[in-house]
Amino acid sequence: MGRYTIRRLLHFIPVLLGTMFILHYLQTLSFQISGNPIRSLFGDRQPPQETIDALTRAFGLDDPCLDQPGNPCIGMYFERLGRYAQGDFGTDFNRQDVLDLITRAAPITVRLTLLALLFEAIIGITAGVLAGLRKDRFVDNFVRLSTVLLISVPVFVLGVLLQILTGLYIGNWVRDLGAPPWVEAIFSVTYQADHPWASLVVPGFVLGGLSLGFIARLTRTSLIETLRSDYVRSARAKGLSNRRVVGVHALRNSLIPVVTYIGIDVGALMGGALVTEGIFNIPGIGGLTFGAVRQGETPVVIAVATLLTMVFLVASLLVDLLYAVLDPRIRYE
Amino acid sequence: MSTSAETMTMGDPDRAATRRKDPLAGLGFDESAPLLQVRDLQVEFHTREGVAHAVNGVDFEVHAGQTLGILGESGCGKSVTSQAIMGILDVPPAKIAGGQVILQGVDLLKLPESSRRQVRGNRIGMVFQDALSSLNPVFSVGWQLAEQFRMHWGYSKGDAKKEAARLLDLVGIPDAKNRVDDFPHQFSGGMRQRVMIAMALALDPVLLIADEPTTALDVTVQAQIMRLLEEMQQERNMGLILITHDMGVVADVADQICVMYAGKVVERADVVSIYDAPAHPYTKALLESIPRVDMKGTKLASIEGLPPNLTKLPPGCSFHPRCGYAKDVCRVDEPPLYEVAPGRRSACHFYEEVLSS
Amino acid sequence: MSDNVSTVELEDASAQDKGAATGSLWSDARKQLFRSPVFVVALLIVLVVISWAAFPSLWTNTSPEHCVLMENRQPPGNGHIFGTTVLGCDMYTHVIYGARPSIVIAVLVTGATALVGGGLGILSGYYGGWTDTIISRLTDVVLGLPFILGALVFLALLQQQNIWTVMFVLIVLGWTSMMRIVRGTVIALRDQDFVEAARAMGAKNSWIIFKHILPNALSPIIVLSTLYVGTYVAAEATLTFLGVGLQPPAISWGILIAEGQGLAVSGLPHLLVFPSVALILTVLSFIMLGDSLRDALDPRGR
Repeated sequence: MGRYTIRRLLHFIPVLLGTMFILHYLQTLSFQISGNPIRSLFGDRQPPQETIDALTRAFGLDDPCLDQPGNPCIGMYFERLGRYAQGDFGTDFNRQDVLDLITRAAPITVRLTLLALLFEAIIGITAGVLAGLRKDRFVDNFVRLSTVLLISVPVFVLGVLLQILTGLYIGNWVRDLGAPPWVEAIFSVTYQADHPWASLVVPGFVLGGLSLGFIARLTRTSLIETLRSDYVRSARAKGLSNRRVVGVHALRNSLIPVVTYIGIDVGALMGGALVTEGIFNIPGIGGLTFGAVRQGETPVVIAVATLLTMVFLVASLLVDLLYAVLDPRIRYE
Repeated sequence: MSTSAETMTMGDPDRAATRRKDPLAGLGFDESAPLLQVRDLQVEFHTREGVAHAVNGVDFEVHAGQTLGILGESGCGKSVTSQAIMGILDVPPAKIAGGQVILQGVDLLKLPESSRRQVRGNRIGMVFQDALSSLNPVFSVGWQLAEQFRMHWGYSKGDAKKEAARLLDLVGIPDAKNRVDDFPHQFSGGMRQRVMIAMALALDPVLLIADEPTTALDVTVQAQIMRLLEEMQQERNMGLILITHDMGVVADVADQICVMYAGKVVERADVVSIYDAPAHPYTKALLESIPRVDMKGTKLASIEGLPPNLTKLPPGCSFHPRCGYAKDVCRVDEPPLYEVAPGRRSACHFYEEVLSS
Repeated sequence: MSDNVSTVELEDASAQDKGAATGSLWSDARKQLFRSPVFVVALLIVLVVISWAAFPSLWTNTSPEHCVLMENRQPPGNGHIFGTTVLGCDMYTHVIYGARPSIVIAVLVTGATALVGGGLGILSGYYGGWTDTIISRLTDVVLGLPFILGALVFLALLQQQNIWTVMFVLIVLGWTSMMRIVRGTVIALRDQDFVEAARAMGAKNSWIIFKHILPNALSPIIVLSTLYVGTYVAAEATLTFLGVGLQPPAISWGILIAEGQGLAVSGLPHLLVFPSVALILTVLSFIMLGDSLRDALDPRGR
């Protein structure tokens, strides 16, 4: 197990560095092609050249390599890595520390993602197991139909539709009934800071919706296949009860691909979080990124992207390790 | 291998006292009755192309301490028969359409599923062909062995684990105590098969069914496994049903042989008679198709044609399209199991001709 | 892993008896597909949407530019079956014309990713060794960027938003999943006996790849491509909705939905419903199509 862990780590580090390099290269490329972004900050006004130069120096954008399109600016890359390692992610164009901004926005996104994970795991796996056990019967067909719908509806459409449905129609109805405030918060159209969990319920479901569909289908397929396997036949031949054969022998094996999928899904969730936060106006990392994108604040965008990528890669690493715990065969590869 | 002194304790009467519960007490098993009697067993499969008669009226008996070999090609119904005895067929698409499976006087087919389940693994043990896929890959072998003791007999985890280690040692796994926590993929093919045998024998069954136990193994390992099965059977006075398509493997170990074709028993005899002088064209053809060293340079004998479609069996004798002895009556009249000699039967109208050629 | 051995044996036996009835994988698949109502309906919808993209004038006489500002935000009725958009254009016409960029982008991107991803997957899977290591690492690095995030970053940095940049971004980020799966398939194929046999007969690598590996890898590629078209339609709509994809005056479902989102709250649900349904049906149909294909081509499912 130890050797396996080390091998995964050795694999992880170059990939992390490589991905960060791509982000870095994209940024330098965009500067090289589109010119100095500082200038665009001022809109129509034309500040004196010294101001522009001073700001350019302050943001570390005066490196000559930025005048050569295509130059990967390796020096800048390592310098940036060094800064990141010290926790310095720079500032945005309003001189606010990026790391600060991120730390303030992160908890909200974390809550949102956790809710999404809970929804997709609990509902997804339950639905998948039920469908797999009652193959071709009503439950199975219902689950297959509803998951296909969940998968086909793009996240933003689902979000928009649910927002209208729950926020407007059900929300008004609930408010007219005079329900307690936390119930109202669940059906509110946007995020409410004094109900940090309740108001994230619907967005959490939207975020997890797509994955819920995949997880249910994956669980179902995996369970059906496992139930046909030879070792399940052996378990039956041992005279074990059906509950034990399915619940212990079949389930454990069939959940392995599902658990790994959930781990990998963290990356997709982060992308979806951007969209969901945009729709529901949630001031998390997604909201932060949006604002930055709209205002062309590339340092913020790059910093957020880098951080999220790191989170994603760490999650993948943990999933790989978890996989080895669940499936002993992997440890000896 | 453990010494015989140790092994003697396995089937020993003191053991019965340490069993915390025997769920089979109320079912009326009669130890003086014949061990297993299968009468006119019929199993159908409902497929897209029609109803396949996988087992079409099979009769045989197994006695304590005796080994019955069931021989036949793929698709002849031998595995389905054994699975019907165990009660692990997928119903649907399978359906037990008739017959009796009488274990020590009790017709298993008439028992409710809950009782059948208690019999499985407890009174009848089963060993499958591919141990790698037949053992659960994510649990240790010790855990899988111990499970039997915990679930059927209510043993504690500690006691069950001790039994598991004992079993592993019994079947010849070296360093059994330390290998209890190992996983199936950490064993070699032959060792894994021993583990499966241990699992089947865990609760001292009176009958052991081995479905192609050596097909997936090397020849030398095959011999070891067969010897192990033989030993276990004799020590416990178990009945053993050995299912295979390999005539060589079964010759050593079996007392009686049943040859199956297209869901029916076509010949049934003691092992010596069958190998010496088969009384059915199919058995004869099977024997002749085994390549022998002294046949070097001659053409390999094979049986012409293909096994029949079980949804559309040919009329009359199912084997007639491929039979060298077939005459007109074979196309029309399905042969019953004629008595060739006391204790010997053959489902061929012309068994005398086959015997004398 | 084997199923109930007896059932497989039985079906084998009946298949042998049928002889000619079991033809090639494709002809069997075709028969099974057309018997499935889901497949037929999905195929019809897909064909309809494609015809919207290719021949919009067959479906509507109104020009998409014919917009009367005074008549904006009208609910259905009065000669506008779907009502009018924010700028007073006929919603029905815009839904029809909106299909074009989505379909064009999705199809082209799918084709490109199939080529790039499939090609790299075949090379990586077949040759193994350093080729595999380099290509796989590269794939991992690109995969390290979560998709929407990467697309957002890319498009923000490119600072240009049109049909070409959107396609470029989708291709650069999307080839990885195809590559992974094709690589897995090729690795399984490469170890099979018929490849060994071909090599033993002295066939060159390029021959083996084109004649043996590629035809067998084709079915997963086709199934995945069909599924991915739906995904890319959704992806483009998402990016456009977020404001980093296509921009007005381009006509796209994403834009219509974005416009509809703000205003649906004020009692104008038609602005949202019609483009949403069009988008959902399109994506759904492609996915059902891909699903049916996969089931039909799966030899184990028989």
